[in-house]
Amino acid sequence: MDGHDFALWEKRVDALMVLCGAKGFFTVDGLRRALEDMGEDAFEKHSYYERWIAAVNQNLVEAGIYSLEELGTRMEEIAARGPTYGAAQDG
Amino acid sequence: MPHDHPNHSHDHDHGLSPSGHPYRADNDEPLTYWQRMEIAVRELLIEKGRITAAEIANQIEVMDARSPANGAAVVARAWSDPDFKARLLADAGAASREMGFDIGPLNLIAVENTDTTHNLIVCTLCSCYPRNLLGLPPDWYKTREYRSRAVREPRAVLREFGVNLPDSTRIRVHDSTADMRYIILPARPAGTDGMAEPDLARLVTRDAMIGTGLARTP
Repeated sequence: MDGHDFALWEKRVDALMVLCGAKGFFTVDGLRRALEDMGEDAFEKHSYYERWIAAVNQNLVEAGIYSLEELGTRMEEIAARGPTYGAAQDG
Repeated sequence: MPHDHPNHSHDHDHGLSPSGHPYRADNDEPLTYWQRMEIAVRELLIEKGRITAAEIANQIEVMDARSPANGAAVVARAWSDPDFKARLLADAGAASREMGFDIGPLNLIAVENTDTTHNLIVCTLCSCYPRNLLGLPPDWYKTREYRSRAVREPRAVLREFGVNLPDSTRIRVHDSTADMRYIILPARPAGTDGMAEPDLARLVTRDAMIGTGLARTP
């Protein structure tokens, strides 16, 4: 398997994971638990940073940083902004 | 005649470029569910004042700046300075910080390759790696193949990486965790007596610090 340059969204997931951990929003163990709760299926179907953003998100919701409703609403809004990652950024 | 790319995995309806190549994805593939989630999480964190966009950009820059060259400098120092080597083997995190590498609270353990023992690192669970010193791990380090085979058949894995060790060499595989990560102190190659640290550092590859390689010979 060749190495690949990480996409910007992947680097942002990495940064969010490190920063939220450093700020004490969750622990490595919390991330670990979320990853394990996903079940084996997630490890077959989803990429590394897909699993990480899911784990980060779950821990932030559990920590009360924002609600699941807020997340869902925002993801819908983002879908309406444009068809690509760049077009879907705010501003 | 355009080039043939029968195995190209990103077949889109973009057709071919004027030079006859398929267009490469350039951050402009259709927006995925997970990308939307990343955008949403980031925006919500920023709006709620938990994090700033500048912090995120800065963190990416810090991570991008980390590279195996940092680890190579540490190894070269250990080869050159016995006292530093002793400190490295006692506490690799403190020794790295002593050289000015900001590796955060990472608990780092250096293990030494010798004439009789070769060490290899893996994270069987996921992807733990001395990332705060060496940067992000190579993709293969995170694969199921490597994570399982490194412990099941390390000699075969090493042979694939071009490392042929005699059967008499003991192989120790170290399973990293989020709290405890390893780096290999490779054996100093022959013919390097009197070489200066920067020259020695150039012999130290990323794979040599994972254990899937040996230090180069000059």
